[in-house]
Amino acid sequence: MEVTRQEAGEFRSRQLMARDMLRGTLEGDDLDRYVEQAVMTTTLDRAVAWAQGNSIYPLTFGLACCAIEMMSIVAARLDIARFGFEAFRASPRQADMIILSGRVSMKMAPVVRRIYDQMLEPKFAISMGACCSSMGVFNNYALIPSDKFLPIDVHVPGCPPRPEALAHGILKLRDKVQFHERDGWRERYGAVGTEETVGA
Amino acid sequence: MSAVSDYRRREESVTMSSESAGMGETHELLTLNIGPHHPATHGVLRLIATLEGEVVRDIKPIIGYVHTGIEKTAEQKPYWKVIPVVERMDYLSYYFNAMAYCGAVETLLGIEVPPRAQYLRVLHLELNRIMSHLVWLGTSALDLGAMSMFWYCFRERETILDLFEMSSGQRMHTRYFQVGGVIEDIPVGFAQKVRQFIDAMPSRADQYADLLEKNEILLSRLRDTCVLDEQTLLGLGVTGPLLRAAGNPWDLRKAAPYSSYDHFDFKIPVGTVGDNYDRFRVRHAELYESTKIIGQALDGLPEGPHIVADRKVALPPRHELATSMEALIHHFKLVTEGFRVPEGECYYPIECPRGELGCFVRSDGSAKPARVHMRDPSFINLQAAAPMVKDAYIADLIATLAMVDPVLGGVDR
Repeated sequence: MEVTRQEAGEFRSRQLMARDMLRGTLEGDDLDRYVEQAVMTTTLDRAVAWAQGNSIYPLTFGLACCAIEMMSIVAARLDIARFGFEAFRASPRQADMIILSGRVSMKMAPVVRRIYDQMLEPKFAISMGACCSSMGVFNNYALIPSDKFLPIDVHVPGCPPRPEALAHGILKLRDKVQFHERDGWRERYGAVGTEETVGA
Repeated sequence: MSAVSDYRRREESVTMSSESAGMGETHELLTLNIGPHHPATHGVLRLIATLEGEVVRDIKPIIGYVHTGIEKTAEQKPYWKVIPVVERMDYLSYYFNAMAYCGAVETLLGIEVPPRAQYLRVLHLELNRIMSHLVWLGTSALDLGAMSMFWYCFRERETILDLFEMSSGQRMHTRYFQVGGVIEDIPVGFAQKVRQFIDAMPSRADQYADLLEKNEILLSRLRDTCVLDEQTLLGLGVTGPLLRAAGNPWDLRKAAPYSSYDHFDFKIPVGTVGDNYDRFRVRHAELYESTKIIGQALDGLPEGPHIVADRKVALPPRHELATSMEALIHHFKLVTEGFRVPEGECYYPIECPRGELGCFVRSDGSAKPARVHMRDPSFINLQAAAPMVKDAYIADLIATLAMVDPVLGGVDR
């Protein structure tokens, strides 16, 4: 970070103030104000959430039409790398986020669920497109909405959504991860107590 | 395998590929599951591969992971509401899906599509063909390790999608083709944008060739790999670039012209050997030919209506609804019930980026089709994957799958 002349001067004066404080010159209100200025407080959870939100690895996982638009977010025009979501991982064990890009058929649903289960916590899911959220224009025997078998964090509407819409959904997910109380899918879906513990 | 390259000989000198299974106690066949979630399968294709060492002895494609019930859904909708459903079938060639279906319904209705609509259709079909080939080229090159091709191809793809958005308002699944013509005339400035694109496209395609054709790795992986002769391909019903790569110049745009394709001057690129390299070259050459067709369609774009004047089939123009009671009734009938199609059945084949895309429609005289079936080239061409990769290396399986270019949405429907 570039330090301006003014900032450098301020820093110097704070150092002097700290020295004064050690001498016992700062007391009472002055001391409180100094602490307010110089110390930023946060919780460990929030610091971790900030880091997690900025380093989400999506899973390389395409289903149908939306997968083509999902590929477009990596391409030059939108370039999701600007926000740090370009590192697509082919293995579910390395991925943090699954984008269900397209229609989920009855045959595919167990596979999707299994892939999601193989991902490590914390993990997030984005349902991209109408088919995946509500079976879209088809709405027939062959498809299943993703909410029936997977805890979805963000739904992106569209048929297929523009790459910009997906990027917006991803940034919404980032906001959710960083600034909202983490309400895990187990809480939302009433699945508390289903955690598997190693070596139990 | 007929022709063996130096690369292959070098490889074979260090492997144990010649020993067949069951010959000794140390060798056995390995069954490997690839997919349905695998980045190299171009969708949710699942392959059961039987391997002997590194050599593929057999593959069995297992499909149905994106089965969407599109053909069944089509039976439950009025004719004109089926168009968006069939468009989502092969999701890289949506204009072609709509064209095959609309063509079949128009044949049943006995409608003559206005010349301007036919030219506009050709224009969009060829733009779509380039777009589909660009996605194929980008992702195939990615499979073969050429990362930057993906960005170049998607750069041009975005330009084409901008054009689609300009003429129809959507990037994908545009529903631009309507029974009897196209839904709207092209907007002001569209022709100019298309011209800018077709001026730039040949040099861009040259760039792709410069990047790929001088790449030793890519050439070694494509040349003389997974050859399949013309007769076997014909026997399997394979069409499109795969068949043309084997030297058979079968292209429905020439063989059975539709939508005034006989007005245009273009060539059919064919291969000589029928290996993966020819499959790559044929599609790459088609980029130029499609660009030529688009230019001719723009030059010769006839004046006139963009959709038939028959109010029983095509929606009346918006302004007529405010003044004409008759137009209002037609509008109401079309939107609520749709139009009725005389009894009969029709098969309408067109040349899609992957081969012969045919649409079979059977009508029972009502406003909904009794049966809609699509002969999707991805489904048929996928059969050829197994004979192609037999006795090839597993790395060649990935390259071949990329060159077969199956779109699983079309395979499973």
